[in-house]
Amino acid sequence: MNLTLRVLSSQLRNVARSRWVIGYLLLLLAGTTLLLRFGGTGERALLSLLNVVLLLLPLVSVMFGVLYVHNAREFVELLLAQPVARGSLYSGLYAGVVLPLAGAFLVGTGVPLLLQGGDRGYLVHCGLLLAAGVLLTTGFTAMAVAVAVRFDDRARALGLALLIWLVCALLYDGLVLLVASALADYPLETPLLLMVFLNPVDLARVLLLMSFDVSALMGYTGAVYQKFFGAGGMVLAFAALLVATAVPYLFGRRWFLRKDF
Amino acid sequence: MEVSGLRKRFGRREVLRGLDLKFAPGRITAVVGPNAAGKTTLIKSILGLVRRHPGDGVIRLDDLELNGDCAYREGIGYMPQTAPFPEQLTGREVLELVVGLRGHPADLDRELIERFALPAVLDQPVRTWSGGTRQKLNAALAFLFRPTLLILDEPTAGLDPLASAILKEKVLRSPAEGATVVLTSHLMSEVEELAQDLVFLLDGAVAYLGPVEGLLHQTGETRLERAMARALEAAAR
Repeated sequence: MNLTLRVLSSQLRNVARSRWVIGYLLLLLAGTTLLLRFGGTGERALLSLLNVVLLLLPLVSVMFGVLYVHNAREFVELLLAQPVARGSLYSGLYAGVVLPLAGAFLVGTGVPLLLQGGDRGYLVHCGLLLAAGVLLTTGFTAMAVAVAVRFDDRARALGLALLIWLVCALLYDGLVLLVASALADYPLETPLLLMVFLNPVDLARVLLLMSFDVSALMGYTGAVYQKFFGAGGMVLAFAALLVATAVPYLFGRRWFLRKDF
Repeated sequence: MEVSGLRKRFGRREVLRGLDLKFAPGRITAVVGPNAAGKTTLIKSILGLVRRHPGDGVIRLDDLELNGDCAYREGIGYMPQTAPFPEQLTGREVLELVVGLRGHPADLDRELIERFALPAVLDQPVRTWSGGTRQKLNAALAFLFRPTLLILDEPTAGLDPLASAILKEKVLRSPAEGATVVLTSHLMSEVEELAQDLVFLLDGAVAYLGPVEGLLHQTGETRLERAMARALEAAAR
């Protein structure tokens, strides 16, 4: 068994026993079940669930990611005194937080969705929602881990991580709207599309809304998006979400390799 | 082990300003000095916990120049100041993890585990342990793999007198078992008891390097504590 896997397995045990992840799992289970039961038919429940995924997932990922890395600091010091390469330790550390989070999401949301059941279209939408949720989790966890590696001060790291969440989940939309209304006289479709690609939360939202066939509500821009995401855009969007995980992961790794403990 | 021209700065603060020292093989060396003199930074540089950049000096271990590769730590046993264990794991899991990371060597030195009576608590999560118990496992881990270089950062801090005596006895025996020992301490009585050689750090530079008696002679004192105070006064002037 290689070093990364050893680190991973002991961190998984460590995380699984802290009650955070179990609480998160139960919250998702209860929330999804309630939405499905009282939130109308399958597709409408999916739409409500979409908002939960877009707001809650990044928030939990950044908070848990930062706290986890700071709590593991002494563990990291213990292992760095052993013949362990920093690169393996970092990948084990990241996997140790991202797997429980993504797993809790998949089980907590996926199981009630599948138990509900539906036609083929519903299942495809469920699949897209789960995939986007997992990618949001990996992305925001990678950002949180990078921030926590860079800043030893817990308050500062948490503050910065929350700021990232706030910008991506809430403020960025306002910015896009501002640009759109200020430059309403110009053809903005392409710049707006670009802006959407820069924020994983927006990207996931547009991606899912498009696939849910509610783009008619979004007017002309919606039509542009529809055209784009209908074709290879979907693949491109998922690729962009992967990049949103890879970039912070690599930055965090770089900082970790150079860090003074 | 040899350290030459070792420098380290954290931001604008220069912590180590060009250290040149040698730790004689098979001897016990104490690194002493006032707070913030750079003792822990020196130790962490040797372990690679603190990164060196080009031009920050050279550390050589048995003719092997440390370059960021991690394999040399096979031969090092390190006991940090505070016991660093994941809270939710049991003592046994911590042990298994570290033993596994070292590739399950057959010949383990379990003496301290037994003498500290750790087997009785190994199956409880570390979070329920007292500070002293953690420190015992911390010490036991440093000796577990029969290291050729033992690095102990304030080894007896937090240990009860009985455990402290067991540990000191073990340290005194380790040169005979083939280890070079480097330790830091604020307790001069402990240094007198354990160490043969002394590295006295002051503001990130070596103020004295040599046998313990040497510093006593130099300052004309009989107790190390007084000798240290003398040296500090001399440096302040």
